Amino acid sequence: MKYIKLLVPIAISIMTAIAVQSCSSPSKTQSKSAASTNALAGKLVLTGSSTVAPLLSEIGKLYELKHSGVRIDVQSGGSSRGIADTRQDVADIGMVSRSLKENEKDLQSFTVARDGISVILHKENPIPTLSNQQIVDIYTKKTTNWNQVGGKDALITVVNKAEGRSTLELFAQFFKLKTTDIKADVVIGDNEQGIKTVVGNPNAIGYVSVGSAEFSANNGTPIKLLPTNGVTATISNISNQTFPISRPLNLVTKTTPTELQKDFIDFARSQEVYDIVKAQYFVPIQP
Amino acid sequence: MTLLKPNILFQFNREQAFVWGLRSLAVLSGAIVLLIFGFLLWEAMPLLNKIGLPRFFHDASWHPTSQEFNLSPMLWGTMLVMFGAVSLATPLGILSAVFMQYYASPMIAQIYRRLIELLAGIPSVVYGFWGLVVLVPLIGKLHPPGASLLAGILILTMMILPTIALVAEASFANVPSAYLRGAVALGLGRWAMIRGVIFPATKSGLITGVILETGRAIGETMAVLMVCGNVVQVPNNLFAPVRTLTANIALEMAYAVDDHRAALFVSGLVLMALILGLVTIAEVIRE
Amino acid sequence: MNSQHSDRVMTILIWLVASLVIGALFWLLSDILQHGLGQLNWQFLTTTPRNAGREGGIAPILISTALIILVCLGVSFPLGVGTAILLAEFSSQSSVFSRLVRLSLDVLAGVPSIAFGLFGNAFFSKTLGLGFSILSGGLTLACMVLPILIRSTQEGLRSAPEDYRRSGAALGLSRTAILWKLLLPAAMPALVVGILLGLGRAIAETAALIFTSGYVDRMPSSLLDSGRALSVHIFDLAMNISGGESHAYASALTLVIILVVINSIISWLGEWFRRDRLQLL
Repeated sequence: MKYIKLLVPIAISIMTAIAVQSCSSPSKTQSKSAASTNALAGKLVLTGSSTVAPLLSEIGKLYELKHSGVRIDVQSGGSSRGIADTRQDVADIGMVSRSLKENEKDLQSFTVARDGISVILHKENPIPTLSNQQIVDIYTKKTTNWNQVGGKDALITVVNKAEGRSTLELFAQFFKLKTTDIKADVVIGDNEQGIKTVVGNPNAIGYVSVGSAEFSANNGTPIKLLPTNGVTATISNISNQTFPISRPLNLVTKTTPTELQKDFIDFARSQEVYDIVKAQYFVPIQP
Repeated sequence: MTLLKPNILFQFNREQAFVWGLRSLAVLSGAIVLLIFGFLLWEAMPLLNKIGLPRFFHDASWHPTSQEFNLSPMLWGTMLVMFGAVSLATPLGILSAVFMQYYASPMIAQIYRRLIELLAGIPSVVYGFWGLVVLVPLIGKLHPPGASLLAGILILTMMILPTIALVAEASFANVPSAYLRGAVALGLGRWAMIRGVIFPATKSGLITGVILETGRAIGETMAVLMVCGNVVQVPNNLFAPVRTLTANIALEMAYAVDDHRAALFVSGLVLMALILGLVTIAEVIRE
Repeated sequence: MNSQHSDRVMTILIWLVASLVIGALFWLLSDILQHGLGQLNWQFLTTTPRNAGREGGIAPILISTALIILVCLGVSFPLGVGTAILLAEFSSQSSVFSRLVRLSLDVLAGVPSIAFGLFGNAFFSKTLGLGFSILSGGLTLACMVLPILIRSTQEGLRSAPEDYRRSGAALGLSRTAILWKLLLPAAMPALVVGILLGLGRAIAETAALIFTSGYVDRMPSSLLDSGRALSVHIFDLAMNISGGESHAYASALTLVIILVVINSIISWLGEWFRRDRLQLL
């Protein structure tokens, strides 16, 4: 088998060819300097919240179809990365799944969608609704058994989100809890992990994004969403602003957006992406 | 060692260049961990300078957004999960290797080896997902909440077993056949030969395998994040949820800013110190 | 007789252990097969993802993954094998240099994947200016894979019989000739194990790649483009996108099949290389 002697140099040359080709393609992000022609051209890098990333990825693809000279690269990494990268000019636009905090007001934010938070139970759990006080008691472990709130005789498994997450902060803010008071049995990261944890444990209670919960419930996952303040937790109720726990999904820029950035941000907030926002189970800002 | 003997040293001058080339490669390989260490230190410095190291072990709890930074429960979590998994995977893995090499027919051994190699390449997220959806509810039926130290140990065992099994098998394959023939000539039974001749002969390889699998166990992030429950506490039994240092970093990094972020890097440094300690012990054992 | 008795006990025990391990693997695999087989078809493998991955296929992701792995192995193989040769053959086991390098590699093996991701992001993407790119991801993975490759190859070289070196020296062969023609082929099984374990680790890696090669699921046109790896795609579909499970399973199944194929090829190549060189059975 003398062929092996040929294979190795061929493999090396293929790799070299790929590497050489990559070196000759244009690299840096400079979208600010790229827009010199009438047609919009350049590359935008977005980093930030993993909740917002799929939405902006799809919006980006639609935008690229309409503007062939533009590339939109969407990366993940979390809301705080979005803020940090935008401040350091590593990213052009940041994605943040909450409103800006006080010490972040040097950045400009643009809301592209809204999302809500719903408390979820397993479908087999007979309890139809819980008052705000009951939820507070459950999460601070004053109530530890379902039979204390009218359910089965079973220990409540409390599912909470990890510290720093905007969902947790919104939840704590609404129910007037301090995050240090919450005593959890399971701590989760992403929404889907929360849903799957509740699915696997009929005595669990948790809270996740309304969009993901509604989608899962509609598609046969055995969970149910509890109403809050008497309002059912649905996307439409967030849209008509009757549902009380909601948060904005924002794009942030360091300074006033450049031509390309502004065009893209306007696009992301326009009627044209209405269907995409709905398809990702968020609430469009255009009614 | 033979290659270092003076009478064949520098016989060909080209070789000198070759050996120096190799030395520079080795330096490069060794430098990587220093770079990583430096990076972690750089990011952790602001907080370390501000509050010093002892607070990371003596604060009331881990609530970084409220300026509490106790890492010890999570350190316990990491060590318990690691010890549990390594204690389970090492015997299983070594016996699997013994099976492949000395008990199975060549065809069965071939199939078994392929399957073990497959186990090595399955992404941690698939293990974690499967653990969350299948294993955790199963454990939960035995003893809620299901997401627990035990789940973490079991999943991690599955993940690190291939490492020790394959490295052990390669070591076994390298044992000179003279040893085996000698054992047979002495009338040793199969297991007696393995225990008395093979194991001592392959001690170095086995220890390498254990070091590699321990490293993987300490460094595993995704899978333990999904099945361990992530509650910051020192577990008092196998069914209690734990949070490992790695899961902590993954869970909170996405949303951590300033001090919180620096605290996570400090936990990264603590992990490196742990690995350094364990590796040093292993090297001492080997001598 | 006592030793015969314990021999039989051990035989049963070992078969039991083997069945247990295989049983666990089949449990996992059957779950993936059951949920993923329905979605897996030629179209899935050759179209691009749509609707955040819930529909469409994984073609660009397969290409990105292949490129990342190529970069990873292309960098770590020469670096790793070279270092292993030096550690095993051209430096004394107890020299300070050798000890330091071995120590640093063992520590490297334990660094958590997310730390690699953050490091890769800071060093390869920012300091070296590669940005979110396949190159960045591949280099980060190379750092992760290096200790496994080196230690495994080193062990293989160390256990090559001393006779080989002595007879080579007696015949007047240069050190490099002894290395290429005798020692490396003898160490081939261990080298192959190192590659397979490293490859497994690379394909399985998620956290490190999210921060380096990124999230973009477009077909990459160069190594400097961002590209989503298969494991990142599985992670996103399973944990971030509601309704993504079926495609997550199908992607996982694809990954398993790719692994089986690559593992077989590498093992077969390694075995062929060893036999060809050593003219053994």
